[in-house]
Amino acid sequence: MIEIKGLTKKYGSFYALNDLNLTLNEGTVFGFVGANGAGKSTTFSILATLLQPTSGDAFVNGKSVKTEAHEVRKQIGYMPDFFGVYDQLKANEYLDFYGASYGISEAEREILIPQLLELVNLSHKRYEYVDLLSRGMKQRLCLARSLIHDPKVLILDEPASGLDPRARIEMRDILKQLKGMGKTILISSHILPELAEMCDEIGVIDGGKLIAHGSVADIQAQLAGERYITVKIKGLLENASMFFEEDPFVSKVEIHIEKNSITFNYRGSEEDQIDLLKKALDNQLRIISFAETETDLEDVFMEITKGAK
Amino acid sequence: MKQAFSNPVLIKEIKLRFRSLKSFTGILFYLIAMSIFVFGFIMLTTSFTGTGYFRPEESFFMFTMLTYIQLGLILFITPGLTAGAISTEREKQTLNILLTTSQTSFQIIIGKLTSSIAFLLLLLVAGLPIYSLVFLFGGVSPGQLGIIFLFFFLTMLAVGGIGIMFSTIIRKTIVAMIATYGTMIFLAAVTGFIYLVITGMNSMATGTISSSPIGHFFASINPVVLILTLITPGSDNFITESTKVDFPIWAGYTIFYVCITIISIFIAVKKLRVNMKRTK
Repeated sequence: MIEIKGLTKKYGSFYALNDLNLTLNEGTVFGFVGANGAGKSTTFSILATLLQPTSGDAFVNGKSVKTEAHEVRKQIGYMPDFFGVYDQLKANEYLDFYGASYGISEAEREILIPQLLELVNLSHKRYEYVDLLSRGMKQRLCLARSLIHDPKVLILDEPASGLDPRARIEMRDILKQLKGMGKTILISSHILPELAEMCDEIGVIDGGKLIAHGSVADIQAQLAGERYITVKIKGLLENASMFFEEDPFVSKVEIHIEKNSITFNYRGSEEDQIDLLKKALDNQLRIISFAETETDLEDVFMEITKGAK
Repeated sequence: MKQAFSNPVLIKEIKLRFRSLKSFTGILFYLIAMSIFVFGFIMLTTSFTGTGYFRPEESFFMFTMLTYIQLGLILFITPGLTAGAISTEREKQTLNILLTTSQTSFQIIIGKLTSSIAFLLLLLVAGLPIYSLVFLFGGVSPGQLGIIFLFFFLTMLAVGGIGIMFSTIIRKTIVAMIATYGTMIFLAAVTGFIYLVITGMNSMATGTISSSPIGHFFASINPVVLILTLITPGSDNFITESTKVDFPIWAGYTIFYVCITIISIFIAVKKLRVNMKRTK
């Protein structure tokens, strides 16, 4: 559905994007993770045909953003990170204008607009002036606007930015519904755990380069193959700590007295991990629990970008 | 034609414009000002002469004054309506979304231009009942008025096109406004001055009047000169004599302003999606 080949965008000697390669299948929800200025919005702007790449190309459903921009526009729904609304238009008129801009007939628009407003929970605001809506409502209306021509691909640049927790949850629920509809969604967010929950794949971009790409689990595994293990112990933590430190696959052992636990990074295989637990029990360590701790996406992002720098 | 009227940008712009109180107050004050001028002029003339009636020559003078007021209005309001058309969208962060729709750059530009021209036409049409008072007293033919309105329309189109062009290529509305008003002042005043300088220097240097196509060109593109030649046919003889070029002023004006309109719209269309320009 989306193919990015050697995409590069240069401003003078500064690389906003540097040889970006990415392929996404139909129906994938792709989360783009990166610090401010990493190149997320530049990538999205190129895919939305707002920016011409310096070199390389991107294809949406086989259509080139460079040479078939008009065709690409019919296939994408774009929601920028910052956008304005027209002061004197009502919510239904706002959608009607964009519907007409995509060449949708008036009869079709009359059916579509109430459906879209219902999808984004704005049916009750249908006749309200757009500039009087709250930030969260404007975001949802903009999302409805990006869906008016039933695009196959949705490009959402920070759709949850500036929203309060309730509005963020509402936005997330709508995106889950869209995922259920089989849309290919590209989404960037600085709220990383939210991405992990709804994305099939994530890409980590830093300094214009894609430094990691895959499922959330894959990316976590890329962290030098390390697992993060927490052992809860009854008894002396120092003895247990000394025992685990002796293992060649163990590193960064930390004692947490208040939780009666020890945490460490483990590089060995699953078989090695079983052996380690056996040896610990044989050594009379009174283990209450021995578990792998899930690292969240923020930890992954921090770890990966630290390596890149 | 059907496509022009189904242009979503045009429909949206007209809707937005007529929901704004500014548009209504603009028309209201324009009509009040025009009424004060016309009725004031009639009252003053009839009281001053003491005859109690209004002569055709006075009616013609009033018509001339009204025509120049309308011309001033077009030259003054058109840049204000068009020079912010695209740059305001950019400043309000609505342009990016508009550019990702299926509308072509041409549709967007034409929608913006026609909505501004439509508002100006409404102003002119709204003033017509007051304008047509001149017919009550004779001295002016409806055909003459029709021709003047045609040239008003051409001038609106050209100045509007220039405004849209600057609005597209310049990011800030205020700078685009200054550039458009600057161009308008050049066309309305500086060209006349250049014509006077060229013909003056020409006659002083040689002692006799020699052919001066450049002088004729600058006179031809001046809207004030054009209106003068349209109101008082035969007044262009003076320009023909001073430049030794026998070419109708209206024809030169039409060619120049049609070209300006086409070039401005072409540049605006090409530059609207400027970031999509190929970069090496």
